[in-house]
Amino acid sequence: MKRAGWTLSIYALAAYLFLHLPLLILAVFSFNQSRFTLWEGFSLRWYAAAVRDSQLMQGAWNSLVIAVVATGLATVIGTLCAYGLWKRNAPLLTGSLYLSLVTPEIVTGISLLAFYEWMFRFLRVQLGMHTVILAHVSFSIAFVVIVVMARLRNVDAQLEEAALDLGANEWQAFRYVTLPVILPGVIAAALLAFTVSFDDYVITSLVSGVNSETLPMVIYAIARRGVNPVVNAISAMIVFGFGALILISERLRAR
Amino acid sequence: MKRLRAWFLAPSWATMLLLFIAPLAIVLAYSFESRGVYGGLSLPWTAESYQRLADPIYLVILWRSVWIAGVSTLVCLLLGFPLALFISQSGSRKNLYLSLVILPFWTSFLIRTYAWMFLLRDTGLINTLLQKLGLIHDPLPLLYNDGAVILGLVYSYLPFMVLPVYATLERLDRTLLEASADLGARPWSTLTNVTVPLCAPGIRAGAILVFIPCLGAYLTPDLLGGGKSVMIGNLIQNQFTTARDWPFGAAISLSLMAIVMLLLWIFARRSSEGLV
Amino acid sequence: MSSSPHVLELRDISKHYPTHCAVTKLNLALARGEFFALLGPSGCGKTTTLRMIAGFEEPTAGEILLNGASIHRLPPYRRNVSTVFQNYALFPHLSVAKNVQFGLRRRGENHIETRLAEVLHLVQLTGKESRFPAELSGGERQRVALARSLVLAPDVLLLDEPLSALDPNLRKQVRAELKEIQRRVGITFLFVTHDQEEALSMSDRLAVMSSGELQQIGTPEEVYLRPRTRFVASFLGALNWLDDFGIRPEATHVARLAPDTAVSPRPATVLRSTFLGNCLHVEARLATGQQVVAEVSRFSGTFAPNESVFVWWRPEDELRFL
Repeated sequence: MKRAGWTLSIYALAAYLFLHLPLLILAVFSFNQSRFTLWEGFSLRWYAAAVRDSQLMQGAWNSLVIAVVATGLATVIGTLCAYGLWKRNAPLLTGSLYLSLVTPEIVTGISLLAFYEWMFRFLRVQLGMHTVILAHVSFSIAFVVIVVMARLRNVDAQLEEAALDLGANEWQAFRYVTLPVILPGVIAAALLAFTVSFDDYVITSLVSGVNSETLPMVIYAIARRGVNPVVNAISAMIVFGFGALILISERLRAR
Repeated sequence: MKRLRAWFLAPSWATMLLLFIAPLAIVLAYSFESRGVYGGLSLPWTAESYQRLADPIYLVILWRSVWIAGVSTLVCLLLGFPLALFISQSGSRKNLYLSLVILPFWTSFLIRTYAWMFLLRDTGLINTLLQKLGLIHDPLPLLYNDGAVILGLVYSYLPFMVLPVYATLERLDRTLLEASADLGARPWSTLTNVTVPLCAPGIRAGAILVFIPCLGAYLTPDLLGGGKSVMIGNLIQNQFTTARDWPFGAAISLSLMAIVMLLLWIFARRSSEGLV
Repeated sequence: MSSSPHVLELRDISKHYPTHCAVTKLNLALARGEFFALLGPSGCGKTTTLRMIAGFEEPTAGEILLNGASIHRLPPYRRNVSTVFQNYALFPHLSVAKNVQFGLRRRGENHIETRLAEVLHLVQLTGKESRFPAELSGGERQRVALARSLVLAPDVLLLDEPLSALDPNLRKQVRAELKEIQRRVGITFLFVTHDQEEALSMSDRLAVMSSGELQQIGTPEEVYLRPRTRFVASFLGALNWLDDFGIRPEATHVARLAPDTAVSPRPATVLRSTFLGNCLHVEARLATGQQVVAEVSRFSGTFAPNESVFVWWRPEDELRFL
């Protein structure tokens, strides 16, 4: 196709600035000495304040634990599911997976809340880390399935037949042939699921208990009260951390 | 082989049934119950919650949600199409430019919304800069209105428009554009008469991918709209927290789901290619 | 251990699909150490038959016996047959050595290193143990696939169109190599192909299939010289069909003057003479109006269109079918 003309290129530049500038500005001002929006010199005070804030750190820790456990479960369940759907149709399951992707988060959140409240009539439990983890597993599975399915479509179906032919049973064929071949895709899916889980606010805030505040919930509370440079600092850390994870994930998906 | 595959599907079945379908079924049940004295639920069964939706107060919120989602989708299209065009004409750097669009999306949604708070507040960066430059005296009320919400939604969901449009552009048969030029059409005319119509499937997909999340948005109107720009998502959340009217909240949720599924059904029928 | 004279037997094997019947009442018996070809056009059911023997498809009816024991209900990994796939299906994440060892490791066998070295030497891939499939040429990949299956010492080795993925100029060489390897290991080879030259040149016996049915089994000479149906005759070589019998071009003689030994020479007019390098194909129209093609040595001179000639053949070369 012909090369982009000048007007289009300038427009594209403006569009990319629109997409990236807000976050970059946020990051830059995290180093601002002053708490106001006037630059008064470089400082790391807000980073220090963020790290010293016990609520923030507790929230970060909770988010980490939840994300790791939920991602682990969702990746295993999702990978097995993608493999099971490979070359075999299960329209109801596929349909509900896609539905979970398009359902607005607020609806997923309140439905899980309603479900938990109803369950608590029979079980003596309350909202807490475990309810959040289960919620995260529920909405992450669809992501994992999509990423792993995409990878599976590029796998030669005859590889498993060759494995069976050579003496491996069905489980061994999956374990020694298919799984190693799709592993980069599985890891990429896990990284994706991790960021989605870590960042979730809407669903988490509805199903979380008193002691399971997550980092997004703490950030939300602070942000609601007004602009606070500590949020800038923690945001910068998250954004660049996530950015790195996503880059790795993209590299793995392309392999 | 088939038996193993069935076992592999079991955990997802269990999870989806228990943590997605059952909750929705419960919400369905709740939507037909009555509000209890202290909040919560009680019998008798009634369709009263659904009837309340016809109240003008709530219809206004529905209308605002549809309007905001619609405008956001349109803006995403106007901004996103040229960007997709640019990327498809970038030769060897296509993947780089594509990643640059996708990357911000995968960083925190909450933080990206907060970034606009930081920019648009009365004491935010834009107002401070304009005041410093002497262009304005009092701060402009950039935040806490419909416009800010639209801006936030466009910012968040622009990649959802760019990607499907780009995918369609990539599959475009270049010789059709050459034929158009050969027959005497100038670049702009080729664009409007050939390229855009041929991209219709991608545009439709992008529109659906943007409109649906915008319609059900909660966080963006909450942070960027303050209390001034209430959308369906905020209304629902309100019923389950402050207002403690679960049956009504359930009814609104299911109505929203019904609208979403109706849109998807229309979309699926009008396009022969799938969504993914 | 082996009680049956045949290493592989198919008895009344049928495969029905909802839309069509792929294989109908197929009967086949292979002797030990044979190089056997299953020949036919695409869609004739030969690949389906191969897959049923390997275990990837279940026959709708009939039995498959390996050394006298019934195997058609067993999964692929319990049958002592091994398949070399058309596109080789090498495991991309494993080296050549690991690919070849795969079956041995699943069985938990001993002396893996020795057997690996032996089989790689057999297929002439010594030294390439640590390469990966992506780094190999097409011919090398085939040899890895072959080694991978042979090292398991199967009772029957199944090959699905083994030469079709190779460069045409490589095929003659690989044909010879395959024959030599088979001779050395003494394992029964069953290969599937649509190329009659491959089948004729490589096999000890061959079976011709069409539309799911067996047309004829025999040695290459038998099937070529004494075809049982018109299909077999025209599939295995060219055929001039004259009303109710056929005659092959190489058995059709043409000359300006018929020798005395010629039996009922017929007058004809040359339509066209095509030079093919090693021979000529002369198309002629008989007085009856029928057209025949004669394969003529290039040392016999040239023929021009519209020339008057005589065409004859030996009566015993006429091919008639019921």
